[in-house]
Amino acid sequence: MNKNYSAFDIIGPVMIGPSSSHTAGAVRLGKAAAAIAGSDVEKVTFFLHGSFAKTYKGHGTDKALLAGVLGMETYDENIKYSFRIADEANLKYEFVETDLGDVHPNTVKFLFKKKNGDELSVTGSSIGGGSILITEVEGEEVEFTGDFPTIITSHYDRPGIITQVTSILSGMGVNIAFMKVFRTTRGDKASMVVETDSPVPKEALDLISKIDNIIKVKIINPV
Amino acid sequence: MITSGHELLELCEKENKSISEVVIEDQIKALGLTREELFEKMRVNLNVMKRAAKLAVEEDIKSVSGLLDGDAKRINERNLKGDTICGDRINRAMTRALSCLEVNSSMGRIVAAPTAGSCGILPAVLITVAETNNSSEENMIKALFTASAVGGIIAHNATVSGAEGGCQAECGSASAMAAAAAVELSHGSPEMSLDAAAITLKCVLGLVCDPVAGLVESPCAKRNAMGAVNAMAAADMALSGIKSIIPFDEMVMAMYKVGRSMPCELKETALGGTAATPTAIEISKKIFGKD
Repeated sequence: MNKNYSAFDIIGPVMIGPSSSHTAGAVRLGKAAAAIAGSDVEKVTFFLHGSFAKTYKGHGTDKALLAGVLGMETYDENIKYSFRIADEANLKYEFVETDLGDVHPNTVKFLFKKKNGDELSVTGSSIGGGSILITEVEGEEVEFTGDFPTIITSHYDRPGIITQVTSILSGMGVNIAFMKVFRTTRGDKASMVVETDSPVPKEALDLISKIDNIIKVKIINPV
Repeated sequence: MITSGHELLELCEKENKSISEVVIEDQIKALGLTREELFEKMRVNLNVMKRAAKLAVEEDIKSVSGLLDGDAKRINERNLKGDTICGDRINRAMTRALSCLEVNSSMGRIVAAPTAGSCGILPAVLITVAETNNSSEENMIKALFTASAVGGIIAHNATVSGAEGGCQAECGSASAMAAAAAVELSHGSPEMSLDAAAITLKCVLGLVCDPVAGLVESPCAKRNAMGAVNAMAAADMALSGIKSIIPFDEMVMAMYKVGRSMPCELKETALGGTAATPTAIEISKKIFGKD
């Protein structure tokens, strides 16, 4: 209440039914997770929690999640055929109902198995009206919405790393919208999530990846 | 952004303009678009609406759960035989509303107006009234801006979400939007548009959101059909000069207060109303294979 709405907030968006949180949100979760996983994925296992686990069959959430992994947009009428399209692309998939603990009711954990045998996990929630929140990547806690270009680093918790990342970005005229840092133990592995207002140039990523004690850096484009 | 019906009518009166014209000028400023860009954006929505309103009549469409299956075709076929109780126009509107909901529930493409669960009401009324009046596409797009102002005022001061205010907030808002649009398409005054919107809200005040098995299917599809009829009846009343005794802004607040006082069982949780009937519980078990 008391927010200002444009004509297109009220009449729109154009979307695939039946529900923004179970269809559009699920597609966006799949897209974000697949962008993090990268190429050469052989199999995706979807661990569905809460309302996702209880109602995915009636809402088509399974089809929407897989469609997102395949890179479809939230208004693509092929979403309902995503099982067939995945089969044709030789992408294996499995849905498992599970309990992920004290998380949002519409939560899914993706487990990507790569062709070289590597495994990678991503967890996220559909939090209403098509909005999403990614909360875990490769076992590390993160938090981002997929609304902005997002940089995720994996690094060792040492002084000065954050400054080096932010000065590379400011040097290229990229404004930081939101930023969060996470770690489990002091001095051990940590991660940083930086959401920016404009696209991040490839040179910026190259420079960030060369910073001492940065293990890995990824960029996720808006979904 | 226009935040009340009172403000909207004042602007219309001061500048001697229709609701759509006032809203279009406001949105050009707010969104930084040209008039052509604004119309083009709304035309995209109109085209998706037109397709969704007839797709379930032209094609065999079944919802993911199987609960919705061919009702738009049923009512259309009977109407074509020409012996309906409500007459051709109302039956056409109901057909279109049902078609949109069937498309939505089968993972087809719709326009949220204002939500996915109420996506059939505005297209049904708009297309049916435009067909009757022989309105141009441009006037249909203008009427969508009129509808958006009514929805925007409700969303700003109250809510259009079933989870927050029940079906009166979701299908009720869609009906109010459609009624205002129908009045403008029929050359009624701005006051008549808001009278029609207020009358529409009165007629659904207290309506609960109680989807069977938690799915946007039953009773949602039928409520969309009735929402369209409600809007058309209210528009006719307003166009005949019948006033809403209670102003639109006060009806929006009344709707919000009623929504706030509804127990959560009656707000989209599928724990009350239609959803809690023995038959609905059986259906839910059948679809999901458990409680």
